[in-house]
Parts: sequence; C-alpha cells; structure tokens
Amino acid sequence: MDQPTRDRIHRMVTTYPVMLFMKGTPEEPRCGFSAKVAQILKYQGTRFASYDVLADPMVREGIKEYGQWPTIPQLYVNGELVGGSDIISELFESGELADVLGKAGPMPEPAQS
Amino acid sequence: MDTRDEMMRRILAALPDAQVTLSDMTGGGDHWEGQVVSASFAGQSRITRYRAVYAALGDLMPIRVHAFTFKALTPAEAGE
Repeated sequence: MDQPTRDRIHRMVTTYPVMLFMKGTPEEPRCGFSAKVAQILKYQGTRFASYDVLADPMVREGIKEYGQWPTIPQLYVNGELVGGSDIISELFESGELADVLGKAGPMPEPAQS
Repeated sequence: MDTRDEMMRRILAALPDAQVTLSDMTGGGDHWEGQVVSASFAGQSRITRYRAVYAALGDLMPIRVHAFTFKALTPAEAGE
C-alpha cells in the first residue's frame, strides 16, 4: 500500500468514531456480509460513516493490510478494528456490541459547503 | 487437493488440536461456513483468534475461498 492510501484510511478511521468499510453502501450493499453489518449498525441506532471499497481499488486492497484482516467488511471504532461480519454478528447476538459502540466518540458534523 | 481438504490441512498445520467443521454454503467450493475449536484460543480476543485462522488459510483467501464465515471457540465455549 502506498503512503497516500495509508494516510487516507488512517484519516477516515480517526475522523469517524464508527467507520465501516464495505462493498456498496448501507442503502445499496453489494455483498451479503457487508449488508449484515450495516443492518446491525442501523438496528443499534448508531451513527456511522461508511466507505464503498468497490469504488476505490486502492482502499479495497489497502484496508486489508491496514487492518491486518483479509476480508471486507471491516468495522473500526475509535480507530481500532473491531472485526468483520462474524465478529460483529457475535457481539450483536451477545449484547456486547452496544457497549463497544457506546465507547465511540461523537460523530463529526458534516462540513458546511 | 480439493478446497475442503486444503483448508482442513492448513488449519490443522497451524492449530494441531483444532476440531474443524466446514460446510460448503453454495456447492461452488468458494463460500464456506464452519467452526474451529482449539484450546489455543483460550485467553485470546476474538480478533486474535480470527487472525490466527486467516493466517493459517493464507493465500487460499480470497481467490479459492472467497468467503469463510465461522466461529472460533475454545473447547469449553463449544460445550465440549
């Protein structure tokens, strides 16, 4: 991964306390595993940012190295990888996910244009 | 070697005590689900456990194995 890509990913996970890298968007997911995690976050009522890796080959590959995690989706909370769809599903089913998300900082307000 | 055998071989090479179950979700040999039970997971976070299994599978993912959804449990957690 080149440095600009690493910097871009780093900026996303540190700017947004709950940041989901997924295939497609929460509204139009392009993969069942990504859809599942987005659905769980919506169900939890969590505000989150998402990034469609299918639209960005550099991030699609780079996020695997950044997270030391070979698959997508990847959910980051406060800059730390929490997991992919299996872990997020387990945390959701056990009730632990609410605690993890509860530790997330406030979402930044969208920049005024 | 078929994909199931190769996955099994690699996981057992890394986690010799593992009890592994694998099922082919689509019949196409590239989407798998299952369970990996190993005493070595005791005291490890979920992230660490999954990384150990992904590392064992190595370059099987993401080409031959497009997706592998699984649980990584200790024998106690698996109810053994």
